[in-house]
Amino acid sequence: MKKYFSFFRLRLQMGMQYRIAAFAGMATQFFWGFMLIGAYKAFYESNAAAFPMGFQALTSYIWLQQAFLALFITWRFDNDIFTMITDGGISYELARPVRLYSMWFAKNLAMRLSEAALRFAPVLLVAALLPKPYGLSLPVSLPHFLLFLLTLGLGLLTTIAFLMIVYGLAMRMLSSTGVRLFLSGIVEFLSGQVIPLPFFPDKVRFVLELLPFAGMQNVPLRIYSGDLSGTPMLHAMVLQLVWLVIFIAAGALLLRSGERRAIVQGG
Amino acid sequence: MIHMQNVVKTYRVARRDSGAKAAFFALFHRKYDLVRALDGLSFDIDAGEIVALLGPNGAGKSTAIKILSGILYPDSGAVECGGFSPARDRMRYTREIGVVFGQRTQLYWDVPVGDSYGLLQDIYDVPEAEFKRNLSELTELLDLKELLRTPARQLSLGQRMRCELAASLLHSPRILFLDEPTIGLDAVSKLAVRQFVKVLNEEKKTTIILTTHDMQDVEALSRRVLMIGKGKLLLDGTLQDIRRDGESLDESLVDFYQGIEGFDGKEE
Repeated sequence: MKKYFSFFRLRLQMGMQYRIAAFAGMATQFFWGFMLIGAYKAFYESNAAAFPMGFQALTSYIWLQQAFLALFITWRFDNDIFTMITDGGISYELARPVRLYSMWFAKNLAMRLSEAALRFAPVLLVAALLPKPYGLSLPVSLPHFLLFLLTLGLGLLTTIAFLMIVYGLAMRMLSSTGVRLFLSGIVEFLSGQVIPLPFFPDKVRFVLELLPFAGMQNVPLRIYSGDLSGTPMLHAMVLQLVWLVIFIAAGALLLRSGERRAIVQGG
Repeated sequence: MIHMQNVVKTYRVARRDSGAKAAFFALFHRKYDLVRALDGLSFDIDAGEIVALLGPNGAGKSTAIKILSGILYPDSGAVECGGFSPARDRMRYTREIGVVFGQRTQLYWDVPVGDSYGLLQDIYDVPEAEFKRNLSELTELLDLKELLRTPARQLSLGQRMRCELAASLLHSPRILFLDEPTIGLDAVSKLAVRQFVKVLNEEKKTTIILTTHDMQDVEALSRRVLMIGKGKLLLDGTLQDIRRDGESLDESLVDFYQGIEGFDGKEE
């Protein structure tokens, strides 16, 4: 365990040195957040009754989403891993006493945490200072806040477990660009990154909430504002955990079989 | 110490003619050829030896090293190294070995070399005292003092290779695999690498298996030479078995390669 933690620490230090990237990321997220809120406001004003979430719950959802973007986005892969798979650098990973799955998991976790660490605080701070109902509200209660943190963590793990499956698939092909774009695009949509899940028609939404992707961000972000609570919240959390376990198992199996059939290209 | 018997490894290669028409048809019907990288390779190596694997490009040297170091699974045949089956016991076996691939790097690109070493210490669970001792010894022998604080991306090739060697030895491995350790190095760095490998073998009795195309490496380092061609063992002997009077070693080697059945100096 120590070696994966030590690796995690090193990656974290590495990630923290990119200040300008963090600044640019934050600027994008502010802009994006304002744009989304503007668009939703237009919908809300045309027919508030047809709006499936409270407006304040929605703006909180959007600001949290922007602040913690680095934790959720499905298309943020570690390119080192793809390079390693295609150019044979993976040899060094395999020539050491490390589990590929644990190593790559730690790597992605560190990458995302270091990116989020540099970005989330300023976004949250500014969003909290914005006038109601455009800013970030306080969580509805302390238990909700704690459960938000817990499900946020589980959501992050689910997101990484999803990436691990994509890495596992990439080990089976020469070019992984297609799978990568296809899967991350679809999952982005299904996880509520593009439109919060409550905005989908009831039947679609029912299915989406059963899928593993709802747990990536839809669940924690809605718990924060109280949009999700009580029994449905409990169900969502159990589901989140079950899917996480399934994703990890699938990814670990894929990687293991990938190791066995590894071919090191050239030289 | 190292035992390989009748090891076979095949790769599947998708082949088609060049050109748009062939590319189009390959969408529907793909032809694969099986290439035998290793075709019944057998040899034994004792503890404390330095052995050079020689052979033309594509002969199977690197494949052999990758099987011995646990990276690739052989298709068939028996492999045993220091009491382990390399690929199957990968997690335990890799603690006992060090690996350097001359054409790749194991150092992290954007942190100082010293940080990469710290990580390796944790990966191999090297006790602090042993780590310090090894590091100070290696720093001295390979002249790394300044380099430890430099990010790996800013090292020259020669400096990098010295750092790679040290990286592969921090956990005091019993066996060291060197896959083209002198590729692309200038004369000074080559000498430094050879000198170091020699000392390592003499003082620590580390078993060393290297591949190289540089005959001077072989001359300086190894008493024993394994010649591989077409995935088979062609010769197990010394440089004297290859050398011919009145020719340079490289010329003798070309003669030898051309004697390999079906070898035409090109990749298959």
